[in-house]
Amino acid sequence: MILLVIACGGKEEPKAAEVPAADRPLTEFQLEHGIGPVTEMQLGEIDTALVSSGKTIFDVKCVACHKTDERLVGPPLADVTQRRSPQFIMNMILNPDEMVKRHPEVRAMLATYYVPMTFQNVSEPDARAILEYLRSLAVQTDSQDQDV
Amino acid sequence: MFNHIKEETMKKTLTRLTILTLVILSFVIVSQCTTGNKQVVGTSDAASKVYVAPGEYDEFYGFMSGGFSGQLSVYGLPSGRLFRNIPVFSVNPENGYGFNEETKGMLNTSYGFIPWDDSHHPELSQTDGVPDGRWIFINGNNTPRVARIDLSTFETDEIIEIPNSGGNHGSPFITQNTEYVVASTRFSVPIPQKDVPIDTYKENFRGTLSFIKVDQATGHLDLNFQILVPGFDYDLAHSGKGPSHGWAFFTCYNTEEANTLLEVNASQNDKDFIAAVNWQLAEEYLAQGKGKEIEAEYYRNYMDHAEHRSKTEIKNSVTVLYPEDCPGLIYYMPTPKSPHGVDVDPTGEYIVGGGKLAALIPVHSFTKMKAAIAEEKFIGEAGGIPILDYDATIAGEVTNIGLGPLHTEFDGKGYAYTSAFITSEVVKWKLGTWEVVDRIPTYYSIGHLMIPGGDSRKPWGKYLVALNKMTKDRYLPTGPELAHAAQLIDISGEKMELLLDFPTVGEPHYAQGIAAEVLMDKTTKIFPLEENEHPYATLSENDARVERDGKDVHIYMTTIRTHFKPDNIEGVKVGDNVYFHVTNLEQDWDIPHGFAVMGANNAELLVMPGQTATLLWQPEKVGVYPFYCTDFCSALHQEMQGYIRVSPSRSNIALNFN
Repeated sequence: MILLVIACGGKEEPKAAEVPAADRPLTEFQLEHGIGPVTEMQLGEIDTALVSSGKTIFDVKCVACHKTDERLVGPPLADVTQRRSPQFIMNMILNPDEMVKRHPEVRAMLATYYVPMTFQNVSEPDARAILEYLRSLAVQTDSQDQDV
Repeated sequence: MFNHIKEETMKKTLTRLTILTLVILSFVIVSQCTTGNKQVVGTSDAASKVYVAPGEYDEFYGFMSGGFSGQLSVYGLPSGRLFRNIPVFSVNPENGYGFNEETKGMLNTSYGFIPWDDSHHPELSQTDGVPDGRWIFINGNNTPRVARIDLSTFETDEIIEIPNSGGNHGSPFITQNTEYVVASTRFSVPIPQKDVPIDTYKENFRGTLSFIKVDQATGHLDLNFQILVPGFDYDLAHSGKGPSHGWAFFTCYNTEEANTLLEVNASQNDKDFIAAVNWQLAEEYLAQGKGKEIEAEYYRNYMDHAEHRSKTEIKNSVTVLYPEDCPGLIYYMPTPKSPHGVDVDPTGEYIVGGGKLAALIPVHSFTKMKAAIAEEKFIGEAGGIPILDYDATIAGEVTNIGLGPLHTEFDGKGYAYTSAFITSEVVKWKLGTWEVVDRIPTYYSIGHLMIPGGDSRKPWGKYLVALNKMTKDRYLPTGPELAHAAQLIDISGEKMELLLDFPTVGEPHYAQGIAAEVLMDKTTKIFPLEENEHPYATLSENDARVERDGKDVHIYMTTIRTHFKPDNIEGVKVGDNVYFHVTNLEQDWDIPHGFAVMGANNAELLVMPGQTATLLWQPEKVGVYPFYCTDFCSALHQEMQGYIRVSPSRSNIALNFN
């Protein structure tokens, strides 16, 4: 709308601040941690109660597309906490539309997986629980690796 | 309804139209052109007034009844764009309404499954006399019913049958706070029904005025009481507001009580009646135990929101009030002549009758009516109901109103707008002075008209929609059957201005309008999976499965972009009842999935995000049958498919799925 008004006025160059957020290049921070509501996080020891509620939510809202150990519709997730920051994972769950549209690495994944990640009406606390479950998977994977 | 008028007057109407066209030519200073031999009137200014740019929103929602389509259509105004058809008293193969296991119960009646009706009058719920956007009600004429549509989902949420009614035309007009939905019977019938000679009409036939109580939290409908009245034809209704809140008004014709050739025999009396009912007094009489329970079988069907499926309650009696036992409950106001509409102005003071066969509009005063009652200015009685003196209640008569005045709506600025069927025009007149100030032709034969909020205390007096019964040459011809025409008229200025013609679905009988901002923010986008209590829901793909229970096979199936689980099913046999219980696991707005199986016996399923819907399939032939998603959902939509194998009835193939 702002652009339209300016276009009608016809003279001034749009200032940086007036470029719609969706058209701005991502910051270094966004490239690493994703675009969405989650910026700062402190992770502690794995909370087993949270892991358990995270698994329950995952089994309802995520398993249709994600397995832990192999590709289904989307990528396997057992090692996702080793590949991505916790903020990135939560932002991907909470804001998939914008992540798919604007984050270059996520957009590139479309060519591999074809189906864009969908928003599953997950609240921020629920996304946090899913993250905890994914963290627990990574720990299990680690210990299995060590056993081998 | 107006066949007699149509036949007699069509030629006259056309002659008048020609005259009206000449009038337009002399008055309207706009660009005009001629296509063939038809006059086209339009201005580029009109075009800009109805243009809603791509991506922008309309200013109003318009809800138009589908008439004999049994549906309710949702339009944007001023663009005239059609957004949705909501099936109400009709089945809809597009989304499975009336076909799938969850919704077919909505069409249950004491006469069985009735998948059609004639839906005439939508009516928005109100709070303090202002449309509030909670629900919209609509009547079914033919098998008397009233439906409630939820305006967060735009789906039919409840249908209640009206017993002791021969045709639910005067309905579903609401009271000021949606305390009640009223329903009057157009055709009087023996009550209770019995086998009698038709020519014993005067002795055996009666009418009823029904008051359906609305639960303010859930919207649930309960037939609270009926008033038994003489066997006239009760045509239309509107409730009082402001000072007249607590009263409801019903027109009637055929006070002659004719039972044959009504176009002649019911047009004898110079005046018929508007019945004025004091429903607050009725509540007092009910509390005093004056109501009598009589046997009456009728159904109430409603959607259980948690379970995403309909439930049916069968009722066996109704409470009836008899006017002779309840003095002060009801009065008749004489009104010329075979009146049709009855409309109450925004102040609640004026009760406007549609004279239909009269060449004037009678306007009763509520204040004068109360005084006449207090002073007992009665000229007689009918069936124990006092008849008031016409001169004692009348506030004024609008003359030069055109022929066949039917309905009146209001702009909230002191003006009323009346449709005149025979002369095909809208006539604008001033409340209080009763003078006609403007008129505009419609194309052709207008029935109802609608101003958003135009029957409420606070009309949005900017547009008027004319709902025309005949279309003739207005659109490209489509064979013998033509779309009915709606016409959008700008009423913001002193002179009315025709802006737009647009086609409609079925018969747009009556309509309602409401400012877009009242509704648009409360639309339901998804159904949360965690709230889904459908007994056959599959809330995780891990739980997708197939179970056999005798001849019934229950397939617990999930959908998400872009696959079904399970998508290969074996072990089904000819003669089985196969229930596909499809749960859409999506939780994103505008991602329904469809489900169709080859040889499906009726319709598809269209399953909204978080919803469960069930298709019953009874395979009759051995083979392997594909099923697929019908609603384009993602880039891999074409891959969203599966197979179900049907084996001979005596085979021993085990149930097997993945």
